[in-house]
Amino acid sequence: MAAQSHGVTQDTAVSTGRVTRALIYLLLLLFALFYLLPLYVMGINSVKPLAEITGGNMMALPEVWTLEPWRSAWSTAQIGVEPTGLKPYFLNSILMVAPAVAISTIVGALNGYVLTKWRFRGDTWVFGLMLFSCFIPFQIVLIPMAVVLGTLGLAGSVPGLILVHVVYGIGFTTLYFRNYYAAFPTELVRAAQIDGAGFFQIFWRILLPVSGPIAVVSVIWQFTNIWNDFLFGASFGGTSQPMTVALNNLVQSSTGVKEYNVHFAGAILAALPTLFVYIVAGRYFVRGLMAGSVKG
Amino acid sequence: MTASTAPDFRTRLQDWLPKLVLAPSFAVTVLFVYGFIAFTVVLSFTGSKMLPNFKWVGWENYAKLWALPAWNTAIVNIAIFATLYIVICTAVGLMLAIFLDQKIRGEGVLRPIYLYPMALSFIVTGTAWKWFLDPGIGLEKVMHLWGWESFSFTWIKDGDMAIYTIVIAAVWQTSGFVMAMFLAGLRGIDNEILKAAQIDGASNWQLYRRIVIPLLRPAFLSAFVILSHLAIKSYDLVVALTGGGPGRATEMPATFMYSYTFTRNQMGIGASSAVIMLMTIAAIMVPYLYAELKEKA
Repeated sequence: MAAQSHGVTQDTAVSTGRVTRALIYLLLLLFALFYLLPLYVMGINSVKPLAEITGGNMMALPEVWTLEPWRSAWSTAQIGVEPTGLKPYFLNSILMVAPAVAISTIVGALNGYVLTKWRFRGDTWVFGLMLFSCFIPFQIVLIPMAVVLGTLGLAGSVPGLILVHVVYGIGFTTLYFRNYYAAFPTELVRAAQIDGAGFFQIFWRILLPVSGPIAVVSVIWQFTNIWNDFLFGASFGGTSQPMTVALNNLVQSSTGVKEYNVHFAGAILAALPTLFVYIVAGRYFVRGLMAGSVKG
Repeated sequence: MTASTAPDFRTRLQDWLPKLVLAPSFAVTVLFVYGFIAFTVVLSFTGSKMLPNFKWVGWENYAKLWALPAWNTAIVNIAIFATLYIVICTAVGLMLAIFLDQKIRGEGVLRPIYLYPMALSFIVTGTAWKWFLDPGIGLEKVMHLWGWESFSFTWIKDGDMAIYTIVIAAVWQTSGFVMAMFLAGLRGIDNEILKAAQIDGASNWQLYRRIVIPLLRPAFLSAFVILSHLAIKSYDLVVALTGGGPGRATEMPATFMYSYTFTRNQMGIGASSAVIMLMTIAAIMVPYLYAELKEKA
């Protein structure tokens, strides 16, 4: 019975006894609880009045439900010195993420196209140098980047952050598209070339239409990384700080009463965009990754 | 005349176009990655304080660095953190992947539950765990309210144990992703091999130990590379969860570099600590990338 389960699921051919199966289910459920617990705690305490958290049980459902913490986190909470809430920082993040993701994905697609279909002497070295840049600890570039952004007059601005994220994102996007296009038959490109199609025509008409799956991977990857970035935002954000930095300022603020419910609401606000992207398109992301874009 | 040079120019442009398209990215990488690395390496040999200067001091910054108690704390912490983080994430990820692979009903529900923490920022993860582990309002208090009066969990306030709370939060964040990598590896294994071994009378345990786990070698390698790279870079999680404290108990190389460079105005020492971080990552990444590229080229 177990041996036939080919096809749809691709599960293993290994079969297990009843007791083992029960134990496996138990363990899987316990781990599901472990992963859900912090989300539950954040969610439930973000709709409680503060007194119920400090005086009550963190795991209990609220006695009084309130959206006040959310309103406060969004528009009135003290961030740094200004009682602006997280709203302006949320907008900063969006203004930063959208162009940075778009530019790095387009550049990555073109790079991947060149590196697989227009190969030249030393292209592996070029790619290797770009690839290594994905893995450097960013601490090594913080000081010179601060100097360069200052010189360019981009310090503390959204365009400055876009530049930083594009520069350190193209390594990954190039990697994704290169590995994806490598599997695309080069003969088709050559045939189009003989028919007189140019460099951009081939890209536009032949490769781009089949790039959907890997574009999804690249966009999700870049979106998550850039939205969640803290180091660059904290270092170069200045007056245009992104959401993560603002959230940290809100939570770490040492003045006044610690409004845990507002902190939790803020944390969920900061997590919503990536969670949303993940829930809507996460399936395609995992599928795209497994299709060999990150080969191990 | 124009008729004869125009197509010539066109074909030559077509020849150069691919390289022209790649050139900006390559130039940016050379400048912003390798140029910047060179700049930081140079700075690490200068007496830079608040701003970069180029007064050469030789190995002085490195000597000072290794004599600093804060740096030694950071090194001990990263060793503890990276080891536990990599080992536990790999073990949990592998176990969940193997269990999920047993024709589990509800796999489609469980998988995203295991994976979603990866979508969150470390700042969000840190905030959640910071309050959950806070004895005053979190887990400890909950246990007391539920009647377990003697329950005590104060790691996050305890200088000797706080580093382990960072391990807990980091494992929570990434183990699901490691699970996905192993699951992909498991789904790629040919079932015929397993069936043949079963006919030969191999037990499940033997099947996994002798056949499946060795076949997962590439997944182990990718997991190791990704996790070690995340471990050395870990900055946000420490900032959000413990702020490097209590005291300086959870100082890590990444937090050390930031505070020495930008708040303590010891840029030379900060730069030397960044160089050591880069060297450590390079020692892991370069052989791996080299092998990967050689295999494909």
